[in-house]
Amino acid sequence: MGSITLHLTDTISGAKLVAVREIRDQLRDWRILSPILIMTLFFPILMNFTAEQAVEFVGRYGASIIGDRLVPFLLMVVGFFPISVSLVIALESFAGERERLSLEPLLATPLTDGQLYLGKMLASLLLPLMAAYLGIFVYLVGLYLRIAWVPPIQLLLQVLLLTFAQAVVMVNGAVVISSQATSVRAANLLASFVILPVSQLIIAESLIMFWGRYHVLWMVLTGLLLISIVLGRMGLHVFNRETLLGREIDVLNLRWASKYFKKEFIHGSTTIIQWYKDLFRYSLPRLKIPIIITIVVFLAAYFVGDITANRFRIPAEAFQFDRLNETLGSEFAQVGLMSLRGWSWILLTNIRALGLATLFGIFSFGILGELLLMLPIAIIGYFAGNLGLAGHDAAFYLSALVLPHAVMEFPAAIIIGAAILQLGMTIMSPTKGSTLGESFLKAMAEWARISIGLVIPLLIGAAIIESFITPRIAIMMLSG
Amino acid sequence: MTVLIETFDLSKSFGDFHAVEGVTLQVEAGEVLALLGPNGAGKTTTIRMLASILVPTRGWAKIAGFDVVQDPVGVRSCIGLLTEHHGLYTRMRAHEYLEFFGQVYGMPLAETNKRIDEILTQLEMVEESSRRLGEFSKGMRQKLALARTMLHDPAILLLDEPTSAMDPSSAKIVRENIFSLRSSKRAIVICTHNLAEAEILADRIAIIQNGKIVAQGKPDELKRAILGNPIMQVELAEPLNGIKPKFPPQVKILEYGINWIRYEVANPNEMNPKVIDMLSASGFFVVTLTRVGRSLEEVYLRVVRNNSDRTEFS
Repeated sequence: MGSITLHLTDTISGAKLVAVREIRDQLRDWRILSPILIMTLFFPILMNFTAEQAVEFVGRYGASIIGDRLVPFLLMVVGFFPISVSLVIALESFAGERERLSLEPLLATPLTDGQLYLGKMLASLLLPLMAAYLGIFVYLVGLYLRIAWVPPIQLLLQVLLLTFAQAVVMVNGAVVISSQATSVRAANLLASFVILPVSQLIIAESLIMFWGRYHVLWMVLTGLLLISIVLGRMGLHVFNRETLLGREIDVLNLRWASKYFKKEFIHGSTTIIQWYKDLFRYSLPRLKIPIIITIVVFLAAYFVGDITANRFRIPAEAFQFDRLNETLGSEFAQVGLMSLRGWSWILLTNIRALGLATLFGIFSFGILGELLLMLPIAIIGYFAGNLGLAGHDAAFYLSALVLPHAVMEFPAAIIIGAAILQLGMTIMSPTKGSTLGESFLKAMAEWARISIGLVIPLLIGAAIIESFITPRIAIMMLSG
Repeated sequence: MTVLIETFDLSKSFGDFHAVEGVTLQVEAGEVLALLGPNGAGKTTTIRMLASILVPTRGWAKIAGFDVVQDPVGVRSCIGLLTEHHGLYTRMRAHEYLEFFGQVYGMPLAETNKRIDEILTQLEMVEESSRRLGEFSKGMRQKLALARTMLHDPAILLLDEPTSAMDPSSAKIVRENIFSLRSSKRAIVICTHNLAEAEILADRIAIIQNGKIVAQGKPDELKRAILGNPIMQVELAEPLNGIKPKFPPQVKILEYGINWIRYEVANPNEMNPKVIDMLSASGFFVVTLTRVGRSLEEVYLRVVRNNSDRTEFS
């Protein structure tokens, strides 16, 4: 315990040194100071005027609710504008120092990577956050004097915390970006990866505020804090001496990338049999925990679907199963089942879903990929729930319509879900000693090994069963 | 003698590119090692590994007993690294800049200030202490960077191109300072392209090419190994007039001039007096006996060329 406290104190004292120097430097740079000052003093007063005029205008037409919702929204905007400078400061602090070659002398000192990272982060956050809070204060004072508006404590707390969380997300995002750029120009180009999602977030927050569901902002705040942690972890990983000085990273080296990918994909195997053995001995065991997580997630999806059935019920009359023996065969044929066309359509749809889930997973640390794969499971749960509510035996119908091909499709979905989750996690926490690019290529190669070696063969089998066997079992069981 | 820098098979690769391969070095306290090599030879990568900034992909290095991988903070506490680019914070003032680094090295403020005064005096920069670094000339910036390196009085100095971009008088001051930094308790490694500077400052030379040490030793040892035995020239009072005086058998005559003779000898301290005696006995009086200057540049060029040829033919 004592050593942890000592380590923490040591880390903070080192970080403080770096932060103080950088803040002092910022206070000497008019390009940083002037926007902060304008946004702290001038902008809130402008917003005061806007709010007053808007409230008066909409009040004239009896739409005072718009004014009521606009005032808290402007409160958030007043806080957001100064913290947007933190992104610029962070890019300057991380990529700029690297570009000006002033980072190496600092890297040669006893300061640890963590101290440097924390110090720079504090330096990037402190001035813009102070400016944001001062701006909020100026806005509130002005508003009180003009229209005697006092914010509810909860709203004020939400705005203050949201402002903080957004600043942390932007700074952490800037660090990750800067680690992939050797110049401020390159970092600015990459900054759109932060600016675009954050601007979308502001639009979403404004909608929530105009909708008047302020409690949803707590969820947004929780989400932002989680993203901050994830990005902070990534930032800490990529901000290390080896990555900062060891590599030339601005150039897209496709030849190297394809060679690296190929090496990781083959993984030293010389024959297909050896490759498959390696897949089962090395790749699949590594997916153990992601597989467990995916199974839990899929079970949860099924139960969510089942519970949703209680809330959004399908009328019992919709389940007319008494004439199934007459129509089932023709209905199956109509959708293309029991034909090669149907088989290829099912396979392509599944592969498309797999590709889409992977793409979503890459940009969301695996989360959206999992969510996409959860969707059909939740629909099955919803369908089963409604069957039960309509007085039918859900298990019987699922056995007839889903189970035969699910024997292969579910394992495929679980394995690919796990591979996507692992891919996302690797991006979030790259392998030690590897760059983000190397880790990504390695994870992509692993994903490709699993997909080509296991998932696609399973999906081919599942499509054959779904197209040719499931319909026959269904006709046999359901036609009486 | 205490070995302050020790490496074995130190190697660093970036993907398929081997920047440094199998560097084995030892630098003792009181010794100055010059690391010579063409651009991209691996000098800076070696220095960065010694400074615990880059992690070796193979081999190991110990700095003042600290392992560069296991104890990077320990390593960085006892080194002073002068980077190839000065990397100063241009909005800071000289004194303030050094004070910041003093704090980073954990020096008490009073000690830092005393040391800053000492170093700035030594580098003839006292009057510049309150000037912003952005106003400094290239040479002054490099001098201040050297001051930063010396600030915490490190046991090991790693100097990457210490006099590059300096005017001759600034370079001379820096060279004199580096010379004055030699102490029985300190090891210095200098990476340089300036061979004359290396010859003045270094006790030992290591030539690095394509990431490998291709020659290593004391300047005289290297000259002998690469260029052959020392060459002496004896100047006589009278012209030779075609006479070839007798010389000891260990001496190899290279050239006869009008009143001079050039010869190669393995052990000049032992043989030169004999040469003088024999010449006197033959009636030739020696006016001067000098060693024919062979520069480190010759050694360097020969080593680099030979190694390139070998690389090309292999």
